[in-house]
Amino acid sequence: MSARKVLALLSGLGLAALVAPDAAYARYPWEFPTPVTPVAKETLWVHNIFLTFISVVFVVVLSIMLYSLFFHRKSRGAMPATFTAPRTKLQFVLSAIPFLILAFVDYVVMGIPAYHAVLAMANTRADAQMVVKVTGMQWKWQYQYPGLHIKYYSSISTPQAQIHDQEPKNKNFLRQVNHPLVLPVNEKIRVILMSKDVIHSWWVPAFGVKEDSIPGFLRETWVKIDKPGVYRGQCAELCGVGHAFMPIVVDAVSDDQFKQWVAQEQSREQTVRAQQAAATAVTYTKAQLVTMGQKVFTANCAACHQANGMGIPGTFPPIASGQPFSAAPNMIAALRKRGFITPGGKIVEGPVVDHINIVLQGIAGTPMPAFSSSLSNEDIAAAVTFERNDFGNHTGDVIQPAEVQAARAATQKP
Amino acid sequence: MNAAHAHDAHHDEHPSGMTRWLFTTNHKDIGRLYIGFSIIMFLVGGILAMLIRTELLKPQLLFSPELYNQIITVHGLVMVFAAVMPATTGLANYLIPMMIGAPDMALPRLNNWGFWLLPPAAVLLVMPFILMLFGIGNGAIDTGWTMYAPLSVQGGLGVDFAIFAVYLMGASSLLSSINIIVTIFNMRAPGMTMMKMPIFVWSWLITAFLLIAVFPPLVAGVTMLLADRHFGTHFFNAAGGGDPVLWEHLFWFFGHPEVYILLLPTTGIMPHILSTFSRKPVYGYKAQVYSFWAIGVLSVVVWAHHMFTSGMPVAAQLYFMYATMAISIPVAILFFCWFATIWQGSMTFETPMLFALGYIVLFGVGGLTGLILSDAVADQQYHNSYFLVAHFHYALFGGPVMGIIAATYYYLPKITGRMYNETLGKWHFWQTLIGFNLTFIPQFFLGIAGMPRRIPDYALQFAHLNMLSSVGAYILGSAQLLLVYNLIQVMRGVGKKATTQVWEGAQGLEFTLPSPPPYHTFETQPVIQ
Repeated sequence: MSARKVLALLSGLGLAALVAPDAAYARYPWEFPTPVTPVAKETLWVHNIFLTFISVVFVVVLSIMLYSLFFHRKSRGAMPATFTAPRTKLQFVLSAIPFLILAFVDYVVMGIPAYHAVLAMANTRADAQMVVKVTGMQWKWQYQYPGLHIKYYSSISTPQAQIHDQEPKNKNFLRQVNHPLVLPVNEKIRVILMSKDVIHSWWVPAFGVKEDSIPGFLRETWVKIDKPGVYRGQCAELCGVGHAFMPIVVDAVSDDQFKQWVAQEQSREQTVRAQQAAATAVTYTKAQLVTMGQKVFTANCAACHQANGMGIPGTFPPIASGQPFSAAPNMIAALRKRGFITPGGKIVEGPVVDHINIVLQGIAGTPMPAFSSSLSNEDIAAAVTFERNDFGNHTGDVIQPAEVQAARAATQKP
Repeated sequence: MNAAHAHDAHHDEHPSGMTRWLFTTNHKDIGRLYIGFSIIMFLVGGILAMLIRTELLKPQLLFSPELYNQIITVHGLVMVFAAVMPATTGLANYLIPMMIGAPDMALPRLNNWGFWLLPPAAVLLVMPFILMLFGIGNGAIDTGWTMYAPLSVQGGLGVDFAIFAVYLMGASSLLSSINIIVTIFNMRAPGMTMMKMPIFVWSWLITAFLLIAVFPPLVAGVTMLLADRHFGTHFFNAAGGGDPVLWEHLFWFFGHPEVYILLLPTTGIMPHILSTFSRKPVYGYKAQVYSFWAIGVLSVVVWAHHMFTSGMPVAAQLYFMYATMAISIPVAILFFCWFATIWQGSMTFETPMLFALGYIVLFGVGGLTGLILSDAVADQQYHNSYFLVAHFHYALFGGPVMGIIAATYYYLPKITGRMYNETLGKWHFWQTLIGFNLTFIPQFFLGIAGMPRRIPDYALQFAHLNMLSSVGAYILGSAQLLLVYNLIQVMRGVGKKATTQVWEGAQGLEFTLPSPPPYHTFETQPVIQ
């Protein structure tokens, strides 16, 4: 019976191989991605030398064991020996040899290069030509070039439809972003890591670099990329429901291209700021705001509050009023203080100003983040209008960008 | 001791039905309870593993990411705390008194309490799943079994359930550890000096000391977590002056020795099995005992090698790297002694022997890959990737689980008085070996290619290896049903009657007792020359 079960499973395996999906995109990765930084090259070297060493050890020891299993078996008439320890001085010395070899490999073959590698990796400052600040947050990255006044968010750009199998997955499925990190090649770049909420980890395998981003602390590492190209990685520390969906894409370009990109980016930021100022002055219709707001909501809010506005019980409150919600006391207290929950534990639409302020500043001590730096007045006005007029909410409120600007100004006063 | 002896001597009857198991203070009953509980939880954890591999079969979302995170977390916690630890504790309870010629454990009532704390702990771990079905809370703990703050501060009520489960499991482990230490120090038969104790007893003595050393820091850690979550403290909240990395230190100060807590009892059972089936005395008794001590001491001073990517001063990185490498020496000594034990023996290959040999090979892979992971720089590539997942499954399934299965087959005839079905046992072994390697070899390559752990959906270049791994997992999972079937058959009384010695080459006091041993044994202690 068990034999048949195994056969069934084995044929299942063959069948699985035949109908394997997405075969066109699959490559067979037996090795690290081609290393492009000094640290990654060092790591590959250590990896290869050690894999060789442990493979040799494994094969040699397994052979000795198999020899013993074959020749020292009762069915071949082997008589058991009775020794229980090395008996002669020679045997004692001989039995120490494997451990001396092991210690030699540990502390010399591996230990000495590792010593130098640790020092090299920790040396983030000497000769660093540029600093990039990377901030992890649930569930995107923010990249900042402190000397160049460039700052932007980088979040996954794989369409939800591909994730939910409603359309074919493209070749960079889950590993594409709206705005990659752009770095010049052949320059030593100091990467400073921070976090806004929980621990994330910034990992690009081709760079051999994985460093945690930890709230409240600065961590640092460095890269010096020697080949232009697009390098992909992703968050490597479990950071909540969006952990699988915060990829890292680095676009390594030549120095000239980098300068061009910087100029472009700086003028773009100026244009965006000018546009935002102009947009703040615009008065939109309710229909326009709701349409725009739906997009903003899907991109920024739906991960927690869900596309249907129902939230996730116990953690993320619903947007739809009338829905029951219970959570940690600090969350409930924050909602009650702002008038967004009834004493009976049902969500209600609180005052408009408080709604805007929650989106702008987040709620300290809860997972609700501040969007004041990542969303424009226009976006926030649209999102709040959308939230107050969809999901079965019918407040009829229309919030204009100018009101958001006013709320911003109010909080900036001492 | 004399009082206990006089009390036990005059009756051999015991209550039957529920009360026998609920109120029992008999080490054999409690040992059986532990082992039975462990098998049930092994199946629960196994079902969760099958769900994980089903989600990862293809790059698509079958479960929501929240549910997936809950499944991987509960899989880890159940396997570590509710499957492997109770199994080794059960073996200790059943075997240690018989191995050292004692009538029972030193503190029988505490023993009963130690066991009965566990089922509520398991319920606490799994119950949030059921509460969720009734609309209460948002499911079980979803932070990974490492419970890193501040993610665990953010989590739902599942985290609180897990914290209370840790309290119960911690209390249970401490009670049984105290009991084991007191028993070993005070209840040995006359003439059995420390250096004449069976190796399994030695391995558990070190394990018990480790548990007492490292469980309290974890309990302190989860208490701080509980306070952060509900009482407004900021132990792990940087904005309030706390430190998220403090949690990592507290957790791994427990978590690394925990690996050896799971492992050591099975390294202790290995020489018994190898020596029995090669009909040859154990090689290097003293070397093995000293290695246990070395492993025990080293295991509490290397914890931060789990944190090489968390940011550490150079001196700390170098220290934790070199200290970790040092563990390879005593572990290698254990392997050497195992090989020397079977060398020039007269071997036969019954199921326990097959699992013991499988242990050597699979745990060997876990140990060797662990050696590369100790390199602080290379670890940047391996850490939190599937390479790491494969490594610790070789270390924890290849080691403790294989060892526990070997011990189960080895002592089953002694415990039940019946021989199990040898053919099924062999099928179980080969299917486990093939399924296990098929599951985890692809994961080494997935990690090297850059797939992080704990993701429900993945990039397309990982698709084929993941499918292979999932198919392997189904083979591995279904193999364990053979064990369950075999156990049920034996318990129903099917199979040849076992002799007193059970195995031709078996040595030790436990094999001088009839199979199954009477309810009370060694009421008069044997004298060891």
